[in-house]
Amino acid sequence: MSLLTVRDLRVVIDGLHILHGVELDVAATGVTALLGRNGAGKTTTVKAVMGLVPRTGAITFDGADITGLPTHRVVRRGIGYAPEDRGVFAHLSVAENLRLAERDPNPAYDLVFELFPELKQRHRQPAGTLSGGQQQMVAIARTLLNGNRLVIADEPTKGLAPKIVTEVADVLARAAASVPVLLVEQNLALVRRIAGRCAVLADGRTAHQGDAGALLADADAARRLLGVGTHHATPGGDSR
Amino acid sequence: MSTVVLLACTGLGLGALYFLVASGLSLVFGLMDVLNFAHGALLSVGAYAAWWAATDGHLGFWLAVAFGTVVGTAASVLLELVLIRPLYARPRDQILATVGVGLALPALLMGIWGSDARPFPQPAALSGTVDLLGATVPVNRFVLVAAALAVLLLLRLFLARTRYGLIVRAGVEDRAMVTALGIDVRRAFTLVFAIGGAAASLGGALAGLYFGSVNPSQGTGLLVFAFVVVVMGGTGSVTGAAVASVGVGLVQQFANYAAVPGLGAAGLGDLSVVVLLAVLLLVKPRGLTGRLA
Repeated sequence: MSLLTVRDLRVVIDGLHILHGVELDVAATGVTALLGRNGAGKTTTVKAVMGLVPRTGAITFDGADITGLPTHRVVRRGIGYAPEDRGVFAHLSVAENLRLAERDPNPAYDLVFELFPELKQRHRQPAGTLSGGQQQMVAIARTLLNGNRLVIADEPTKGLAPKIVTEVADVLARAAASVPVLLVEQNLALVRRIAGRCAVLADGRTAHQGDAGALLADADAARRLLGVGTHHATPGGDSR
Repeated sequence: MSTVVLLACTGLGLGALYFLVASGLSLVFGLMDVLNFAHGALLSVGAYAAWWAATDGHLGFWLAVAFGTVVGTAASVLLELVLIRPLYARPRDQILATVGVGLALPALLMGIWGSDARPFPQPAALSGTVDLLGATVPVNRFVLVAAALAVLLLLRLFLARTRYGLIVRAGVEDRAMVTALGIDVRRAFTLVFAIGGAAASLGGALAGLYFGSVNPSQGTGLLVFAFVVVVMGGTGSVTGAAVASVGVGLVQQFANYAAVPGLGAAGLGDLSVVVLLAVLLLVKPRGLTGRLA
């Protein structure tokens, strides 16, 4: 049983057809990875799910059709979103960034500060002065404050140092134990480590859906679908 | 010396008026990307409502000012709900709609009360003068400055201390991300329109005191300088708008005093404001607060 299903998702922006019928099933447990080369439509797909771009098709979350909902109501259904490039408010402090994300009467600050003790120390610091890794922690923390039923993380390890990538991966793996995660990711070592299922996009369409480990173990399929060799990939590094 | 003091006080009074118009304009544009050309008309609505309350309504000065502010605020909220909100997906039509309202409202006022300036009743306590460092300064300058300072303080408290203030500050940076945190940003839009309308119509009511009369095109005339203030101060920045307002008001007054014969009395003052804007944009293209305009 899928928690989130996407059928025939199409997105046209300024006359350009970005997605031509994406199909996606996000499992109700664990991490589902959304893979594909640059420009395949991964970010547009999650933005369409969030209602951030105009879209047609059918998006069903926990049995309810959310295709036509405005973004804030999609989120209130219980979807936490950590966007590509993190989307932290640079002029607001860390505390203000987190406070803005509060939706539940009792936000889970204990969990967030246990996962990211640094954010507690840097409570008053403007988020724009944080390192990329710390900003990513703020972005992920905002999704974990509320009792979400799904977390969508768009390339959370992009541009981060290998040590921080490992840290972020640990947090995602831990979060995935209690809430399903849809993970857009280029770091295949990370995907291999924490993802159960995966979907691969190519040119705005779904090219493959299945078990992530099986896909990455099949060197030919991985090269054909993702354009990379996978056997050198190591945790903590980019897919080299 | 006394001339300098008088010019400075008058310039500050004018700057206060600019700030009352520009603060709302700046927040609305910063948060919503709406260039509200009807903002000056809201000032006129406040001015005429206050004038009507003080003359036909026989209300005292402060009650009349409060009445004008309430009417202007209501007009602003109505504008947002009826015209601006349905057009968020069509920014160009939105601008045209505000331009239309900006033309229609003054025309309506003109149709009802005529195009001539109507004298605004001056309360005795505020129509006198004060001796300050040898200069004789009209009291109403200080009323305007005090009102602007109060609005600045309240706006800063609102932005710094309230949840909606937090939403506005975040929305100025990245509106889409605010909605992606589950926040219905449209409520903040309406609130910001209400706040902007309140400040502008308060400015309108007090402009009656400052200029001694109200006329239908007052608001539109002030709007031009308010736009200059918004660009100079940086969009979405209330403090930037305050600093820029003071600068524009002072430069205009002093330049007018030094007016060259042949250019006309107001010519040099207005010209100097444009020069000030051009110089600032050359030195700091993002405005005083350093954010992208």
